[in-house]
Amino acid sequence: MIVRHFDEELKQLKERLLSMAGLAEQAIGKSVKALVDRDPKLALTVMNEDAIINRFEVEIEEICLTLLARYQPEAKDLRTIAMVFKIVNDLERVGDQGVNVSERTLDLLKEPLLKPLIDIPKMAVLAQQMLKDALDAFVNQDADLARAVCRRDDEVDHLNDQVYHELLVYMTKDPKTITRAIDLILIGRHLERVADHATNIAEDVYYLVKGTTIKHRLAGD
Amino acid sequence: MIQPLVPKTVPSIVSRDPVVPADSAQVSLLAERLSAWFGHFQAVRDVTLQVHRNRVTAIIGPSGCGKSTFIRCLNRMHEVIPEARVEGKVWLDGWNIYEEKVDPVEVRRRIGMVFQKANPFPTMSIYDNVCAGLRLNGVRKKSVLDAAVEESLRLAALWEEVKDNLRAFGTSLSGGQQQRLCIARALSVKPELLLMDEPCSALDPVATSKIEELIYRLKERYTVVIVTHNMQQAARASDYTGFLLMGQLIEFGPTGKIFTNPSDSRTEAYITGRFG
Repeated sequence: MIVRHFDEELKQLKERLLSMAGLAEQAIGKSVKALVDRDPKLALTVMNEDAIINRFEVEIEEICLTLLARYQPEAKDLRTIAMVFKIVNDLERVGDQGVNVSERTLDLLKEPLLKPLIDIPKMAVLAQQMLKDALDAFVNQDADLARAVCRRDDEVDHLNDQVYHELLVYMTKDPKTITRAIDLILIGRHLERVADHATNIAEDVYYLVKGTTIKHRLAGD
Repeated sequence: MIQPLVPKTVPSIVSRDPVVPADSAQVSLLAERLSAWFGHFQAVRDVTLQVHRNRVTAIIGPSGCGKSTFIRCLNRMHEVIPEARVEGKVWLDGWNIYEEKVDPVEVRRRIGMVFQKANPFPTMSIYDNVCAGLRLNGVRKKSVLDAAVEESLRLAALWEEVKDNLRAFGTSLSGGQQQRLCIARALSVKPELLLMDEPCSALDPVATSKIEELIYRLKERYTVVIVTHNMQQAARASDYTGFLLMGQLIEFGPTGKIFTNPSDSRTEAYITGRFG
């Protein structure tokens, strides 16, 4: 077995990706905590810290390009770099969703609470867990876990529908609730997008491990 | 381009003060306006290039671009060819190796070289091959030679394969092993810089990977300049890359930059296989 310094570079690339993923995951956690705790400072922190996630995206893309140019990787090495390239894009978008949630939160904090928050924190927990599992699947090269993450997207979609319909009722009954209700609907939507990004990442991980896709239900089960 | 630098220690290869001090913690060697001729043919044209310490610098370019001639100028190997001539300066730790009083043999001890085709001394054992340079320098003590042989072979990643068979002829080894033996031989005299002229071009891909990994690891202790017509090898193994074309240095920079975003369109055309 030949020791390749390329493996060391791949390892470093993966470590960078995981650092970025940690920040993206935290952005979602913090943004929802800011909403629940009615903490504008925390919401602002999330918005400021997004710049770090963005820098990670640019840096990791550059590393990927350099590794492709320098090593002409093949097979799984090639899939790894190609998928990391895609995964950083999803992670960067997750960070943006954290910013979106924070913006809506700052808006919501101008008025009293419309209703106790139940489903939205639940969605956040689910989406974060999906993200975490997708990254665990990446680290452990676990195709089964990646596939399981994709299946859980429906739960978050379902909760999002629930949030939407519930708030629709508020708005129909009392127009004064419209601003707040729309903000909450948007937050639900943003969290639903986080789960979508986690699903994308899980699909990429599945492809990385197996070399076949499960995207768009193309997998022959 | 050329920074005034102060040498840290007084080297032994010249007896007079340096005219242009040329060294720092980062730069190991500096070629300054170097030109080389074979008779009337100018093979290297006014090349100025810094070789960074503890880094691998690759020189790439199409056949006949002057890359081999260029590195042969770096340890005064070019001038051994009849009618060959060099102009310009090569600064090693603040000293121009082309100064009149400099002994070329001492230059070649401090700047080792590995060639395209592995060339172990055919009548010598593996052991004798590695310590040939030391013996030439007057080292006789067996314990010193033994230690140097083991250290050099370990550095060249060959020790494990030959340690039980050091008395076998160097030429009995495989091509890749012979090349690593030559690297060990070059390292045994503890050069400051190692020049490699197409060290893998006669080897199969597996032997090539081993040498490339070796080059990558050698930079922890040495500064390496490698000439290669294999662009992928330069991309994989080096930290800095220089592109030579018709004797001119077209572009020089960090390898990652040269291979993702070269500044000169001729570099781009060459590395993307559009000519050369």
